[in-house]
Amino acid sequence: MDDEQQGGAGRLALFLGLVLILLAVAVAFAAAIGDYRIGMGTVFLAVTNGLGLTSAEIPPIEQSVVWDLRLSRALVAALAGAGLAICGAILQALLRNALAEPFVLGISAGASTGAVAVIVLGIGAGSLTLSMGAFAGAFAAFALVAMLSNGATSGPNHTILAGVAASQLFNALTSSIVTTSGNAQQARDVMFWLLGSFGGVRWPDFQLLVLVVSAGLALCLFMARSLDAFTFGDEDAAALGVPVGRTRLILFAATALMTATIVSMVGTIGFVGLVVPHAARYVVGPLHLRLLPACAAVGALFLVLADIASRVVAHQQTIPIGVVTALVGVPFFAIILYRARPQT
Amino acid sequence: MSVIAQNLIWGVRRRTIVNDVSLTVAEGETLGLIGPNGSGKSSLLRLLAGLKSPGSGRVEILGQDIARVSRRALARQVAFVQQNATTDTNMSVRDVVRLGRTPHRSPLTGWTMADEAAVSTALEQVDMAGLRGQAWQTLSGGERQRVHIARALAQSPRVMFLDEPTNHLDIHHQIEILRMVRRLDLTSIVALHDLNLAAMFCDRIVVLQGGRVVACGVPAEVLTRSLLRDVFRVEAEVTPGPYPGQPHIRFMAA
Repeated sequence: MDDEQQGGAGRLALFLGLVLILLAVAVAFAAAIGDYRIGMGTVFLAVTNGLGLTSAEIPPIEQSVVWDLRLSRALVAALAGAGLAICGAILQALLRNALAEPFVLGISAGASTGAVAVIVLGIGAGSLTLSMGAFAGAFAAFALVAMLSNGATSGPNHTILAGVAASQLFNALTSSIVTTSGNAQQARDVMFWLLGSFGGVRWPDFQLLVLVVSAGLALCLFMARSLDAFTFGDEDAAALGVPVGRTRLILFAATALMTATIVSMVGTIGFVGLVVPHAARYVVGPLHLRLLPACAAVGALFLVLADIASRVVAHQQTIPIGVVTALVGVPFFAIILYRARPQT
Repeated sequence: MSVIAQNLIWGVRRRTIVNDVSLTVAEGETLGLIGPNGSGKSSLLRLLAGLKSPGSGRVEILGQDIARVSRRALARQVAFVQQNATTDTNMSVRDVVRLGRTPHRSPLTGWTMADEAAVSTALEQVDMAGLRGQAWQTLSGGERQRVHIARALAQSPRVMFLDEPTNHLDIHHQIEILRMVRRLDLTSIVALHDLNLAAMFCDRIVVLQGGRVVACGVPAEVLTRSLLRDVFRVEAEVTPGPYPGQPHIRFMAA
């Protein structure tokens, strides 16, 4: 380790520490804020009670709201943000495209079709089957893209085009299902789901998500140096000793798994995967061993804050989370487009 | 022998681009690959470096059949310099050259003294040590090319392939880069367009036409008036140059 590297590592540690403190504060706020306001002291006791560290006397309703509803929701939001941001960073590197994000592979469109089929056509019932439907749809879309791009081993442009084709197909399927057999209430459910929602997530969701996201992050960190080797393109990565086709397929499958799991729980939340990697790159640079942890932390913070905003902006109502992220994301998207214009 | 190719055939669909090429390159030799546009220079270079797999035939590098060696093991011995490799990523010169250590590092090992030494030496060899902290995006064409060569050198290869490394460079940098490649203590195979530069800096020259080897030997034997007319379709006067074995080519306008 030389000075330059230690400086970079120190900077990353400082940045991660700062973001994680902010994240803890944001999660605490998320647990306190809402139509039924709860004091910070009670939130703290409710959390320690829930962890089994204390057995303080607080009203059971407040204990339940903090622990069972709001904390699990905030933590799922954090994990979803972390996962989507990691997926965005991976896809931007592999596709060498500044505008790539988790949904470029058609995964959200596939998940939507699966979920809408469950809601509208009534294949099965209950939230478990809705998740299953979304998951199946997401993987159907990924399989189609992988097939269209020769097992995801073709070049970046080919893969992006295959993703566009899959998105179009599944979006058309979703629209046709909704328009041919939907009623007003179902259309409302579908809309809410399509724009993303943390309502209804509980501890079992958190347990599954923590497993998937941490496994995904570990795998991607393990392959971080191979990802760096893609900087100058596929052939260059091959010349540096990276088995390009295999690496691509493994990482695409990992992002598909993470995205499908997240989408099946909370719907499609756009722009996190696009915005966060770019923001993180400004701070910690483009090398993935530093970029990926930074993305995870910033993504988590971003979605927890977005969730708080979605609950406090409109009185007695919750704005779909996808609306909030898009309202923040679109201006940022415009800046990226402007900066990425061809230099003449 | 450092590199041995036997009966390489490669094509796209029905079009054969490399047709039954066999060649050998000795340890430490600088071999020039010349030929008109579309003669298969770039494809042959990629077959030799293992970046493409031949339809038939085999390549041996340092005694090993490259089809049986892992990508990573091959990249520790063989480096490849593309022409005009670019990126949108904002990286420093130093980080770009550090990528050259990729095949020597496992996912869990840190940055070692040997890695640092290889990067520093490579930057000094191409005379870019002073610009190590600069952003890659801000470099000129010649500087970028030198950084790519430094990255290849940081791989500590024993064989280096270069695909038209002098493209887009002014004459000073063209000569400087080829002189440097020749001085390096490794086997190099260079695809070149400029015939006089090939004559000046290559120990031997292979001439390709329509995917086949039509001539092979030292520059003075290969670069003859009749070959230039038949293969490159130009009239030229070939005279002995100032140094023995390096003919000088003067092209005729009519």
